[in-house]
Amino acid sequence: MNKTTVFLSVTGIAAALQLAAAGEISGTITLKGTPPAEKEVDKGADAHCGAKGTTHHYVVGSKGELANVVVFLEGVSGKSTGAGAPPVVLDQKGCEYAPSIFAVQTGQKITIKNSDPTLHNVHATPAETSGNKEINEAQIPNGPEKTYVAMKPEMFLRFKCDVHPWMFAWVSVFDHPYFAVSGTDGTYKIENVPAGKYKLQAAHRKAGTATQEIEVKEGAPTKADFTLEAK
Amino acid sequence: MTHGSAQTWLHRYAVLTAAATLALVGIGGVVTSRGVGMAVPDWPTTYGYNMFFFPFSKWVGGIFYEHSHRLVASIVGVLVVGLTRWLGGRPSRLPLALIGLGEVLGGLALLRLGPAWQGAGHFLSGIGGVVLLGAAVWARNEPAATPLPLLGWLAFWGVQIQGLLGGLRVVLYKDQLGIFHATLAQVFFVLMCALALITSRWWQSQRSSDSGFMGVAGNSALERPEARRGLDYVLFATTFLILAQLILGAAMRHQHAGLAIPDFPLAYGKVWPAMDAASVAFYNQQRLEVTAVNPITAGQIALQMAHRLLAGAIMGAVAVWAWRVRRQLAPGNPLGKMAVFWLGLILIQVLLGAATIWSKKAADIATAHVLVGALSLAVGALQCLIWLRQADESVSPAHHQPCPHPSPIIHHPSPQLP
Repeated sequence: MNKTTVFLSVTGIAAALQLAAAGEISGTITLKGTPPAEKEVDKGADAHCGAKGTTHHYVVGSKGELANVVVFLEGVSGKSTGAGAPPVVLDQKGCEYAPSIFAVQTGQKITIKNSDPTLHNVHATPAETSGNKEINEAQIPNGPEKTYVAMKPEMFLRFKCDVHPWMFAWVSVFDHPYFAVSGTDGTYKIENVPAGKYKLQAAHRKAGTATQEIEVKEGAPTKADFTLEAK
Repeated sequence: MTHGSAQTWLHRYAVLTAAATLALVGIGGVVTSRGVGMAVPDWPTTYGYNMFFFPFSKWVGGIFYEHSHRLVASIVGVLVVGLTRWLGGRPSRLPLALIGLGEVLGGLALLRLGPAWQGAGHFLSGIGGVVLLGAAVWARNEPAATPLPLLGWLAFWGVQIQGLLGGLRVVLYKDQLGIFHATLAQVFFVLMCALALITSRWWQSQRSSDSGFMGVAGNSALERPEARRGLDYVLFATTFLILAQLILGAAMRHQHAGLAIPDFPLAYGKVWPAMDAASVAFYNQQRLEVTAVNPITAGQIALQMAHRLLAGAIMGAVAVWAWRVRRQLAPGNPLGKMAVFWLGLILIQVLLGAATIWSKKAADIATAHVLVGALSLAVGALQCLIWLRQADESVSPAHHQPCPHPSPIIHHPSPQLP
């Protein structure tokens, strides 16, 4: 057996051992109470956008399942693998951003597409103190993709389009890979979490935040449900 | 002394420029009210096009307002160059030529710096070209009466600084520059109104021996100095308060946070709103934004409360001014009617402020609030000018004897065109 084979074998075994030492966190987010009615959006300023839409601050299922909740491990830092992670796509379609809430790692590319037959401007507006870069760039209809990379952690960094002021999306940036965003069924899953005790936070832009202490065990799933309250 | 036809046309041109400036303030107000100030991400180009050749089919959404604002600003710039030339007369040709040449050369130099500077280079060259055209106008007119040429130069530099501020606000992403831009817009409008007033027949006619005091026929009695005592403090202080209020308003609007307080006359249901961190977080969570506004902060809530309190103080001060003017000054003094008009404007402005909140900051109402604010400041400033003119008259009345020490604001023979 030559040295290369030995090296690859050892590396593979180490990785497998690490994965075996990792666990998974999953759960369901539920909204308690009745959220305020969403507001109508007038899109008439641009004929390519359709006439009307609605805001989507609360996306709630029939049993209170709450989507667009960012769930993440608190107090973990310096473990970003964003540079090597696949890009996340942010599309502009029907003069709306899709997805409207998502999460990435520091250094991970966000690929911005314009699938609309109209001009947009891609305006990322990080908090002044975050250290992330503000950009405001034109994007022609079905034009070349643009790329944005946030290098610093930040919760709910906003993307907006000033041509169509009702368009906005929010990206949360972490310098570790232990996060997820709940889907329309209210569920989330965070994989490959090293065993240990953590504080887990669920954050919704309007319903607020909730945290709980959890313990992740090797090779075993950890269940953590959250209930947030409508304001 | 007659008000020559050349002077009449100069006055009309000054009024046109002031009106165009007000329209520009209005369009700028719409841009901010609709939150589309960054809808054109580049400057001085528009989505890479020369701004004057941007296809109309692409004037969609917020682009329509922001691009229109830039075009109207260009028109105002051209009008101001013309006004500067007219007011400065023949002696202004050389400085205009030198400035224009400098700007053209500066623009050409920028073009050589690389692709990123093409837009700025063409823009500066374009401005320089317009200024050179102004210098090239062959009319050998005499300068207007002092201090009009100086005010013309003030307007010349003011409009260019204002254009630069607006452009830099976009490319540097600086909301603070937006506040300066908005404030300078108001002050610039006051300057344009002052030019319109000082070039007017009405302003010049006070020297007519038949018309007595300030051109009012049959009333040759000036008030005794005691009658005017103390009034100047009211007038100037109130005008300054209005300027401060406009700066507050600009600071509020350029936070781009929408309505920091959603109700009026209460604030979050109270006389004085809670501004602790937990309450502010709750306000943000409760608010369902329709457009991408910034989060509300305690500072913005405090700004709006200050704006409301100052509005009350201004309303009181203008009411006091109107009451005292009509009591203390001679009947027919134009300040009497202007004071009542001013009070009416302020009352409308207070209603518009309330309506801005009740309508959840409807863009047209918020913009009307900006425009009436500009008019309120202008009317105050014009009254200040008239007050100073009257004070000068009371020292050296013109209607019975020659003025031994002419005021700097004095009528010279009408400029004659060849």
